Amino acid sequence: MSEYSVIGKRVHRVDGPEKVTGSAKYTFDLVLPSMLYGKVLRSPHPHAKILKIDTRKAKRLVGVKAVVTGKDTLGRKQGIWRRFPELCDEEILCREKVRYIGDPVAAVAAIDEDTAEEALDLIDVEYEPLPAVFDPLEAIKEDAPQVHDGVELNININRHIEWGDVDEAFKKCDHIREDQFKCSSQAHVCMETHDAVVSYDYGGKMTVWTSTQSSYYIQRLMADMTGLREGDIRVIKPPTGGGFGSKFELDSAQFCAAILSMKLCKPVKIVLSREEEFTATKRRTPMYYFLKLGAKKDGTLLAKEARVITEGGAYTAMGATALYLTGFFSSFPYKYPNYRYDGYRVYTNTAVTSAMRGFGAPQSTFVGESQLDMMAEDLGIDPIEIRRKNGMTPNYEVPGQAFIQSCGLHQCLDKIEEHVKERGKLPPNHGIGVSAYGFMSGGIFNWFDTPYAFSAAVVRINIDGKVDLFTGACDIGQGSDTTLSMICAEELGVRLEDIRIHAADTGICPPDLGAWGSRETLMNGNAVKMAAADCKRQLLEFAAAKMAPNIVYDFEIKDRWVHLVDRPERGVSYFDIVKGAIRGKDGNAIMGRGHYTPHRKGMISPAYSFGVQAAEVAVDTETGRYKLLNVTTAHESGTVINPVGIEGQLEGAIMMAGGYGFCEDQPMDEGKILNPSIADYKLIRSLDMPETDILEIDTYEPEGPFGAKEAGEGLTNPTAGAIGNAVYKAVGVRINDLPITPEKVLKALKEKEKKKK
Amino acid sequence: MKKELKLKVNGQPYDIFVKPKTLLVEALRDHLALTGTKRGCNSSSCGACTIMLNGMAVKSCSILALQANGAEIVTIEGLAKGTELSPLQKAFLDHGSYQCGFCTAGMLMATTALLTENPKPTKQEIKEGIDGNICRCTGYNSIIRAVTAVVKGEYKEAK
Repeated sequence: MSEYSVIGKRVHRVDGPEKVTGSAKYTFDLVLPSMLYGKVLRSPHPHAKILKIDTRKAKRLVGVKAVVTGKDTLGRKQGIWRRFPELCDEEILCREKVRYIGDPVAAVAAIDEDTAEEALDLIDVEYEPLPAVFDPLEAIKEDAPQVHDGVELNININRHIEWGDVDEAFKKCDHIREDQFKCSSQAHVCMETHDAVVSYDYGGKMTVWTSTQSSYYIQRLMADMTGLREGDIRVIKPPTGGGFGSKFELDSAQFCAAILSMKLCKPVKIVLSREEEFTATKRRTPMYYFLKLGAKKDGTLLAKEARVITEGGAYTAMGATALYLTGFFSSFPYKYPNYRYDGYRVYTNTAVTSAMRGFGAPQSTFVGESQLDMMAEDLGIDPIEIRRKNGMTPNYEVPGQAFIQSCGLHQCLDKIEEHVKERGKLPPNHGIGVSAYGFMSGGIFNWFDTPYAFSAAVVRINIDGKVDLFTGACDIGQGSDTTLSMICAEELGVRLEDIRIHAADTGICPPDLGAWGSRETLMNGNAVKMAAADCKRQLLEFAAAKMAPNIVYDFEIKDRWVHLVDRPERGVSYFDIVKGAIRGKDGNAIMGRGHYTPHRKGMISPAYSFGVQAAEVAVDTETGRYKLLNVTTAHESGTVINPVGIEGQLEGAIMMAGGYGFCEDQPMDEGKILNPSIADYKLIRSLDMPETDILEIDTYEPEGPFGAKEAGEGLTNPTAGAIGNAVYKAVGVRINDLPITPEKVLKALKEKEKKKK
Repeated sequence: MKKELKLKVNGQPYDIFVKPKTLLVEALRDHLALTGTKRGCNSSSCGACTIMLNGMAVKSCSILALQANGAEIVTIEGLAKGTELSPLQKAFLDHGSYQCGFCTAGMLMATTALLTENPKPTKQEIKEGIDGNICRCTGYNSIIRAVTAVVKGEYKEAK
């Protein structure tokens, strides 16, 4: 009976029935008695002083209940890098200055959305426009406008990573390449826009229902900004319509609804419009990348140097983390003996850039994998071979940075090599490009300054054997509720239907960092497993006392059967043991606690996933248009807990990461995003979606629950690079700035023709 | 100012009063509390608000509620028969054809309308049938597999 009875099985998601019947209630759907509707007034200027805000006319409009500005706040600045006060730079409701088009200046609560909207037009804001700066390469110049006073050269934060002796190593290289790249921005486009219902009552307690990736972060940041005690704020995450990195910071919907509700002691709901979602929430960090790569003739990579300047936008947000991670993952997934990274995040008067699925690594993987293919070609080495020669292996230490335990990169390379060979000779203008990648299973950093364990769980077993699982993990669609329920059921030896999960409600769940950095399967999984094991131990104590076997036997529970491991037929029903055990504890329900915080696991993450992807494209040389025909991924994420979940993560990542390579972009003019609607923001729809094949590789991660590690964000890393390499293979043009649009391909083809002549 | 609107939604007749500017999606969600239908863009671009109007897939943010006067509408709430899920709903569960679930109502209504009109669509026709609907989570292919399974007769209609 050693085989797993729950994990690895194809199951329905625990939230499935409510989601396919439309009965799941999102924040977007919530209506409370006497609830008011809020709207936010935003700056039309990229950079301006606020001279005066006159709200009198708006307040007089029939149906308007309150109008608030920065003067109604405590005047504090917040940010998610709480350990560093200078990086907490966002007021949310600006008092003196606006720094991007979309920066909030006032908010209204009214009896309905139409009235609130009408009231916005009646607020008079007198601005003094200031010179603005939009490009980080301009903003970093001596005479550039200052986005934040006292910040030298607009440098928000810089990061340095180094090991080995890079300069010496370059001297020993047979071949060195220096290349420049530009990585574009990308919008998260969650189907549910940012929204919140906030109810502050006369007793001084606040309840927040919101679409979020971290209930705990919102609770803590809300406490910082309102002066309320953490325990007086309860944040509840209903089903959430996507996150992708956009929903773990305190946002204008949450904060403005809170300030309005505190004025009125009535619930206030704010839902951002799709246009606000595009222009006034965070987005993927655009990056200028300067890469130098040195190799021996045989393809051994000796040294790499990466210099990066990122467009920060107006505030810090999670962009500081993206700056660090793009630097670390620029070395991935290869064994560089010498490596140096210098990254600068620069403030600009543009919408704030921050985290988005992959968190800096899709950028570094695109540029790194593009350059590696160029290096391979220069040296006359096969792209797979150069990756094999330098690829990470199990138990490898990234010097001074990280320790990699499980790593299936080489098996992934073998599988993709087979796949490419099987495709054989391709038709003209078709090409297959490969890209290798790795990613972390949650970050070790604690710039948020949480005093709590990174993850925690409580498991309670009721008299009828039903199990309540309490966790702060946030299911934003990726399926953590299901994965964690499966881990709980497996560890406890019951069935999936025996578990009822209660997640991401700070009133009843332990604090938890939430869903970001691909952390939940490993970190929450370990906490849940520990809590379930705690309960199991208590049940087995009772079972041992009741069955009184020879002391040499030990017990296990599988599929609701409490039994001797060596004599599985000798056992008792789980339900009988639960009843007895509760009686034996004076009637207390069985409770188990678990937690997880990585210790002694290096500086980045306790575990890493790896993979290799091959994208096949067909280019029309007349128009530059190309079709994504097939994307095949060999991926390893340790033990697969939830196979349906992994397939979904993989295929979904290809839609998003393929879009990053293929079409998604946010062009701007003087800080104004030009395509703030789904009609104008091009993303991959069903007709453009390639075939997606998955080649699973078996690995086992000792640090993860049952050997599991991340399978979410890492999958967003390879696709843009694979597409770029495929276009090159197909028609011999290399595009170094994302996205790889037909216009750029056509232009490059024409230039190539010219050169021939 | 408000005008009378008569609708039959999921077999239930309704008689309500709405402003002339009220969109059908607003009438369904805000007046009838049928919140299963979502709203993702308000510009007929995302498909989250897709419903069936007289048997056809329609984006309910693209028409005024009063334009639907007298119509027969089916929303996501009307797909199951009692507690028995429709074949497509069952197939979506089995194939993991949803993640965050916010596009799911629109996807199910678009594919239900597709199969009503064309019970044996090809893969290309299925792709065309959902091209107006954005899913940011799944990458569409699991949705296409679910619809294909229904087309192949792997799921029986509830009686």
